[in-house]
Amino acid sequence: MASIQLQSLAHRYPSAPGYALQPMQQTWSDGGAYALLGPSGCGKTTLLNIISGLLTPSEGRVLFDDVDVTELSTEQRNIAQVFQFPVVYDTMTVAENLAFPLRNRGINKSEIEKRVNEALQMLNLSHRANERARSLSADDKQKISLGRGLVRTDVEAILFDEPLTVIDPHLKWQLRTELKKIHQRFQHTMIYVTHDQTEALTFADQVIVMYEGAVVQIGSPEQLFQTPQHTFVGKFIGSPGMNILPCAFDGENALFAARQFPMQAATEPGGDRFELGIRPEHVRLCESGGIPLAVTALEDVGRHVVVRGEIEGVALSALVKDGVAIPANPQVSFEARHISLYADDYRVGGGIA
Amino acid sequence: MSNLKVQNNKAWFMVLPVLILVAISAIIPLMTVVNYSVQDSFGNNEFFWVGTEWFQEVLGSERFHNALIRTLSFSGLILAIEIPLGILIALAMPKRGWGVSVCLVLMALPLLIPWNVVGTIWQVFGRVDIGLLGHGLASLGIDYNYTQNNFDAWMTLILMDVWHWTSLVVLLCYSGLVSIPEVYYQAARIDGASRWAVFRYIQLPKIKRVLLIAVLLRFMDSFMIYTEPFVVTGGGPGNVTTFLSIDLVQMAVGQFDLGPAAAMSLIYFLIILLLCWVFYTIMTSYDRDEQSGGGGKS
Repeated sequence: MASIQLQSLAHRYPSAPGYALQPMQQTWSDGGAYALLGPSGCGKTTLLNIISGLLTPSEGRVLFDDVDVTELSTEQRNIAQVFQFPVVYDTMTVAENLAFPLRNRGINKSEIEKRVNEALQMLNLSHRANERARSLSADDKQKISLGRGLVRTDVEAILFDEPLTVIDPHLKWQLRTELKKIHQRFQHTMIYVTHDQTEALTFADQVIVMYEGAVVQIGSPEQLFQTPQHTFVGKFIGSPGMNILPCAFDGENALFAARQFPMQAATEPGGDRFELGIRPEHVRLCESGGIPLAVTALEDVGRHVVVRGEIEGVALSALVKDGVAIPANPQVSFEARHISLYADDYRVGGGIA
Repeated sequence: MSNLKVQNNKAWFMVLPVLILVAISAIIPLMTVVNYSVQDSFGNNEFFWVGTEWFQEVLGSERFHNALIRTLSFSGLILAIEIPLGILIALAMPKRGWGVSVCLVLMALPLLIPWNVVGTIWQVFGRVDIGLLGHGLASLGIDYNYTQNNFDAWMTLILMDVWHWTSLVVLLCYSGLVSIPEVYYQAARIDGASRWAVFRYIQLPKIKRVLLIAVLLRFMDSFMIYTEPFVVTGGGPGNVTTFLSIDLVQMAVGQFDLGPAAAMSLIYFLIILLLCWVFYTIMTSYDRDEQSGGGGKS
C-alpha cells in the first residue's frame, strides 16, 4: 500500500487538440478511499489509466510513496484494477482465476492455495470455487476481478473503473457494502471512478470532482454539499442541484433581483462574472417579504416537494417538506450563511448571516 | 387444438421447394451412387445385384488402404502446419492503422486463385528447367525434382497447399482476435501475465470457435484435394501422391469400374463425415461440459 502523488500531471492525446487532463497537483494518502466523480468524458478514466500505468502521461510525474513510477509499466507497478465490464478468464475455474496473478509472479503452491482460500471467503465465493468462472453472474464475475487484486500482498492501490455499471441495481448496494467492508478491514488505498454521485459519496472518504479534465474540488461528501468550490460541483452534487443565479458584486454586497446580499469575499469587485449559489434545501418559501417566484412546476418526490420556478427569467428550485403548505403566490428568501459567491465559476466567498 | 394442427401442416408446403431442391441436387444423385455400389454391370444397361461385394472388395484392397493412409497423412501434415502458422501470422498482424487493409488484401490474394491455376502455377514454379523454385534449387546444387523424387513431390504439394490455404486460417483467426475487448489485455497486464499466458488464457479461448471452423474447413478441403495434385504430379511419381480422390477418378473414369468406384465414394463420404464429427466433438466438448454443468451463459 502506498500514498499516491501526482506532480504537475497532465495529459493530451496525440489525436486530439488541447488537454484531456489539465495540469494537476495531488497527494492521496495511504489507505484512503477516494472517488473520482465526474460526467462522462471529464478525464477520470484517463487519470485512472495513468495511475495504473496503462497510459503514460504526456507531462508530469506519478509517485507511489515518493518513488517515481511514471515510466514503469503496469506489470512493475503493483496495481490492481477492476474494470467497467467484468474480466474473467473463461477457461479457468473461480479458484484458478484468483490464483492467476500469483502464479504469474511465481509464488509457491501452498501459499497460493492459502491466499486464494482467504480471498474466496472474503468474497463469499467459497462454494463456487471449482465452477467455471464464465458461468457466474455479472456481480460474481466482478467480485473475481476484485479478488485477483485482493490475493496479492504487494498491491499498492486498487483502482475501480465504474465497477458497478453492469450490475443489477439491487446487487449494487450489496457489492458496494462489501467493498466498503473490505476497505475497512485491509486499508488498501482505493480509487473509485464513477459518474454516480450516490456511489461516490457512500464509498469514499474523499471525493475528487472532475470537470473538463480538471480537478475542481476535493473534499468529504459534507464539504462538497455545503461549500461547493465550483459551480459545477454545486450543480452536479445534490438532487436537484444547486441554484446558480447570475448577480453583480460591489465588494461587499451581491446584487440579485434588486436585493442586496452581504458577502464576505476575497475578490476584487467588477470585471469577473459573478454568480450566487444556493441549494434548494436552503431556499425558504414565504407569503411576503421575499423575492416573488413564478412557479412553473411542482414535483412530488415523496418526502418532499420540489418547487420549480423563475425569478426574472432565472430558473430556481426549492425544496419544501411534504405536508407543508405552499403559498399561492410564493416569495423566496435564502438562508444567508448557505449562500456562496462564485467568480468565473470558482467560489470566492460566502454569505454573512 | 385440432384446428391449429391442420393449419400447421400447411406449413410443410413452404418447405417443399427446399426439399425438391435438396432431393435433386443431393439425395437423388447420392442414391444413384448407392444403386451402383450394390450392382455389377457388363454394359447394355444390364445390372446384377451383388450386395456388399464391392464394399468388401474396396475395404479389403491394399490399393484403398494405401490411398487412405496417403490422404490422412496429407491432411494431418496440412493441419499441423497451417493451423499453427495461421495463428502465428494472425497474431503478428497489425490491429489498427493502414497496415490492416494491406495485410488483409495480401492474405486474401491466394484464396482468389482457382484451384487448377494454383496447380499450374506450382507445376511451372517447380520445374527444374524453367521454374523459379526448381531451377533455383538446382542452381544451388540441391537435387530437386518433384516428378521423380517422392519426398520432393510431397514437399511441393504441401508447400503449395500451405501457400494457397494458410490465408484462410489467418483470416478466420484474425477476425476472432480483433473481437477481443482491449480490457482483457489490460487486465492481463495488471495480473502480470506472460505473453504465453495471454495467448493461452485469453486469445486461444476467444478464437476457439473460429479455429474450429478453420480446422473443419481445412480438413475437409485437404482430405478431398484433387485438382492441384492432379495438375502438378498427376498422382506420381508412381502413385506416391495418389490420394483417395485421384484414385477414385482413376477407378471410375479410367477403368470404368462403376461398382467399386461407387462403393469407394460412399466409404470416402462416410470417412469425411466421421472425422468431421470427431473433430467437432473434441473441440466443443468443453462447451458441452459447461452446459450440462448447470452454468448460465454470460
